[in-house]
Amino acid sequence: MILQRNKLILGEKNLKDITDDICEPVETLPGKGWVLMFIGALSLLLFYLVILGTVIAKGMGLLGVNHPNAWGTMIITFVFWIGIGHAGTLISAVLFLFRQKWRTSVARTAEAMTVFAVMTAGLFPLLHTGRPWLDLWLFPYPNQRGPLWVNFRSPLLWDVFAVSTYATVSISFWYIGMVPDFATIKDRAKNKVRRMIYGALSLGWRGTGRNWAHYEMLYLILAGLSTPLVLSVHTIVSFDFAVATLPGWHTTIFPPYFVAGAIFSGFAMVVTLMTLVRIGFPAFKDYITIDHMEVMNKIIMTTGMLVGYAYASEFFIAGYSGNIYERFVFINRAFGPYGWSYWIMVSCNTIFPQIFWFRRFRRSIPVMFVVSIFVNIGMWFERYVITITSLHRDFIPASWGNYAWSFFDAAVLFGSFGMFLTLFLLYLRAFPAISIAEVKPVLPVGREKGQGGHH
Amino acid sequence: MAQQQIGGLAAIFLDEHLTVTAATRCREAGLKKFDAITPYPVHGMEEAVGIRRSILPYFTFGGGVVGLVVGLWFTIWTSAYSWPINVGGKPFNSLPAFIPVCFELTILFAALTSLAAFGYMCSLPKIDPPMIDPDLSSHKFAIFVPSDDHGYDAGKLEQMFKDLGAAEVKKVAVF
Repeated sequence: MILQRNKLILGEKNLKDITDDICEPVETLPGKGWVLMFIGALSLLLFYLVILGTVIAKGMGLLGVNHPNAWGTMIITFVFWIGIGHAGTLISAVLFLFRQKWRTSVARTAEAMTVFAVMTAGLFPLLHTGRPWLDLWLFPYPNQRGPLWVNFRSPLLWDVFAVSTYATVSISFWYIGMVPDFATIKDRAKNKVRRMIYGALSLGWRGTGRNWAHYEMLYLILAGLSTPLVLSVHTIVSFDFAVATLPGWHTTIFPPYFVAGAIFSGFAMVVTLMTLVRIGFPAFKDYITIDHMEVMNKIIMTTGMLVGYAYASEFFIAGYSGNIYERFVFINRAFGPYGWSYWIMVSCNTIFPQIFWFRRFRRSIPVMFVVSIFVNIGMWFERYVITITSLHRDFIPASWGNYAWSFFDAAVLFGSFGMFLTLFLLYLRAFPAISIAEVKPVLPVGREKGQGGHH
Repeated sequence: MAQQQIGGLAAIFLDEHLTVTAATRCREAGLKKFDAITPYPVHGMEEAVGIRRSILPYFTFGGGVVGLVVGLWFTIWTSAYSWPINVGGKPFNSLPAFIPVCFELTILFAALTSLAAFGYMCSLPKIDPPMIDPDLSSHKFAIFVPSDDHGYDAGKLEQMFKDLGAAEVKKVAVF
């Protein structure tokens, strides 16, 4: 055997050590670091709630949306969070189908990130309607107005179905993955309340051979369903733009371009969160190793170049099409009043990740943390560029106008992180943050001599 | 399928390979209703216990087909029959535009049907089911033979499990 695989789990661990390590955060009181971060996140969440309450009470006019920029921060940030969610599904479902064993350590937390990101994202279109108390109109239900049905030809309605299906399936997939681990925590519980709570969450799972056979099949099927689902969701999100006839939006490259961008930004967020998890729970360093981080950085660089290709291709096609409006939009995008946002996007997304060509930087926690933050910034700006620069100057100069960025735009954007981080921090303490039942079977990887770990 | 609660003999092992061997021996001895209890899905256990491939995919397929049909029927019925509205001169039955919704409903129905079928086949959720050993969800493995299994002989089985290297063999009142 020439190529010996690296160990997926470091340290000389046995099965019990794995259970102990992963259950520890759930079974102990949080430390100072967690409490401080939680207070910060919770304060931001409370601030967010006040801001959202004000926006609901006073109206969407508090944000910078105006004519011609009818879409603004809410839609931009919706696409941003939905995109982040996609990497979680990619890790948990697509890499599962590709039999990538390294995914086991990060899949649970990535999937949690998906669920929370979709929850954070889901609020935006609901609030952007301006009258969120009428949001039930988004769903086709029998009513006394005809019955008047929704318009199934509208991409915005496709989005309603795509995002709600995505949320449902992601939560199911995440939850089913945790059922055996809940049973583990229940069996270890020393006090009655914990036993009761985790017993209920575990649905009475006992791990019999027959149940595992069905379980593995269910997991495979949900992974198989999530894979086309995740591609369809961001495709449909891109349709929100691409189906409109606006120059800068009306392009066929949007679906793959959006999906690549989503994976790119999502992996960056996974890296950001994982570096923090490794600091917060040092015991997890044996499970989420530098090798794991390196692989994710490679994916960030690859998808970053895909996104860069899409930027270039858009420009080329705009010039090659001979359409003066299309051509103008792209020149305006790079050199017009919002040129600064375009260059932030290009540098954060295509230039900074190139540092990962060097193994030393790919494996450096501080470097990857900083780059992942830049990628997140860049990907938010990508949606900003797509939305605002296309809208603000379209066909007729008489209808041009700039986006009126206000305090509430910034507050909504930053506040949404409060919601996401609060949920994520609670998750780290309440749920097993690494899949106990999935990590154990990969323990022999890299340990079998001469076999290369074929099971 | 639903297992009724019944007593029997449980052998606890500390090694997954031993457990697979024990399961194979049980099957060769003609036992049919025995099962393995493991903290994670053990490779080769299904063959050793003699568990057939899960029929779950059939439910998934059925759910998916129902979702697709419901999606097609609902979009076409609402847009072209119940209350047709002319949107930008597009045909009432704009089938290509209905594909995304039909696709999402296919996935949604398939996933929820699979979940429900899984719950039914594993008889979950179950409130506080009896347990052989709390470590079976952490680092121990067990073979449980119910007392009504074909050719159940507690003495002989106990001897067989001990010979195979079981850490503990015990009678279980109810499982």
